[in-house]
Amino acid sequence: MPSLKDVKTKITGVQKTSQITKAMNMVAASKLRGAQEKMEAFRPYTSKFNDAMSNLSGGANTDSFPLMEKREVKTVELVVVTSDRGLCGSYNAHIVKRAVAMTAEYEAEGKKVSLVCVGKKGYQLLKKSGKVRTGYTAVMSSFQMFNAREIATDLAEQFLGGTVDKVEVVFGAFKSVAVQNPVSVPFLPVQPVETEGEAGKKISGDYIYEPSTEEIMEVLQPLYLNVVIYHAMLEVGAGEHAARMTAMDNATNACKDIVSNLTIIYNKARQAAVTNELMDIVGGAEALK
Amino acid sequence: MAQQIRLEVVTPDGERVNEEVDIVNAPGFGGDFGVLANHAPFLSTIKIGALTYENGKERKSLMVSGGFCEVSNNKITFLVESAEYGGDIDVERAMRAKERAEKRLAQAAQQAEDFSKKRAEVALQRAIMRLKVAKGI
Repeated sequence: MPSLKDVKTKITGVQKTSQITKAMNMVAASKLRGAQEKMEAFRPYTSKFNDAMSNLSGGANTDSFPLMEKREVKTVELVVVTSDRGLCGSYNAHIVKRAVAMTAEYEAEGKKVSLVCVGKKGYQLLKKSGKVRTGYTAVMSSFQMFNAREIATDLAEQFLGGTVDKVEVVFGAFKSVAVQNPVSVPFLPVQPVETEGEAGKKISGDYIYEPSTEEIMEVLQPLYLNVVIYHAMLEVGAGEHAARMTAMDNATNACKDIVSNLTIIYNKARQAAVTNELMDIVGGAEALK
Repeated sequence: MAQQIRLEVVTPDGERVNEEVDIVNAPGFGGDFGVLANHAPFLSTIKIGALTYENGKERKSLMVSGGFCEVSNNKITFLVESAEYGGDIDVERAMRAKERAEKRLAQAAQQAEDFSKKRAEVALQRAIMRLKVAKGI
């Protein structure tokens, strides 16, 4: 039987932990709202962007762009987007696991794989593998387009320089507050956007382009890469807070369970102590007779 | 009432403008251009500059930084990295940014660093344009 004082200390300790986890849960909930709003705000931009891209690729000769060039794939680069902070359950671990599985898959096919980590957690978990080329570790706290641009430019340069033949982005997609799945999307070479249905095809031919389609594409494609990276970062931002919310909720519940168990132990110990004391007193009184 | 065209300005932070206007003047890559109602389908890249439009009697101008615009079905859509109304611009901050960019440009000129020079140039352009738009050209 543990001593009364030990149990009491433990109970207070667990209670304090539950206070913290509860607070973190509420903080995550309010941050999630902010992140979700940002995602909502970004959505019209992406959808319009895709429309324009599909209109353009309908009218342009896609083979002539260096960013769209399909080469024989010898080296693959995976961009792993994770959060900067932990304490969000298995969210980052799942993303990293996916990246590791993909690495193994590509290596089994005899391709070389290098990694680019966006977000501190992924960098910490993956750096031991020795495949990490660069890590961006302080970009997830504030979502800024120029962070995304820096990353996208670097990746594009690698691709154009011929060091990598294919780039994929791995990140945790935000499906809902309860569901976040690691997904991977192709990044480079840029995929021609498919025009949907007949209506899309009809308009594309009649556009006036200024300057030429080729020049517009040259401006548009790097922008498109920014959009993809920024989108992944936003999704991870929202996913991280959602995962933390659930994780912290679970932790708070677990704390409650532990406290109730400990209280039972505490009461039992107290009762045992009281009985012992009574026995002592009764025994002492008996002896005096 | 003259015919109008729908203007939409979309940035990564959300939709900035969505209204019926008479005329839009935009800083195209090959020079400024104006768009009236029922313009033919058109696609152009946009550089850093001032986007002005008129609806009825009002004339408003926005500072936009790089992106592109699309005209189709009597609708003109701007997809730009940022868009700010003249009144929303923090003049002091833009002034500081301008000074900073000038300083960096001077430094870059000595070191002959191409990349940072380009960045400083873009920053300077943006700052100058912000100040212009804030003063209401």
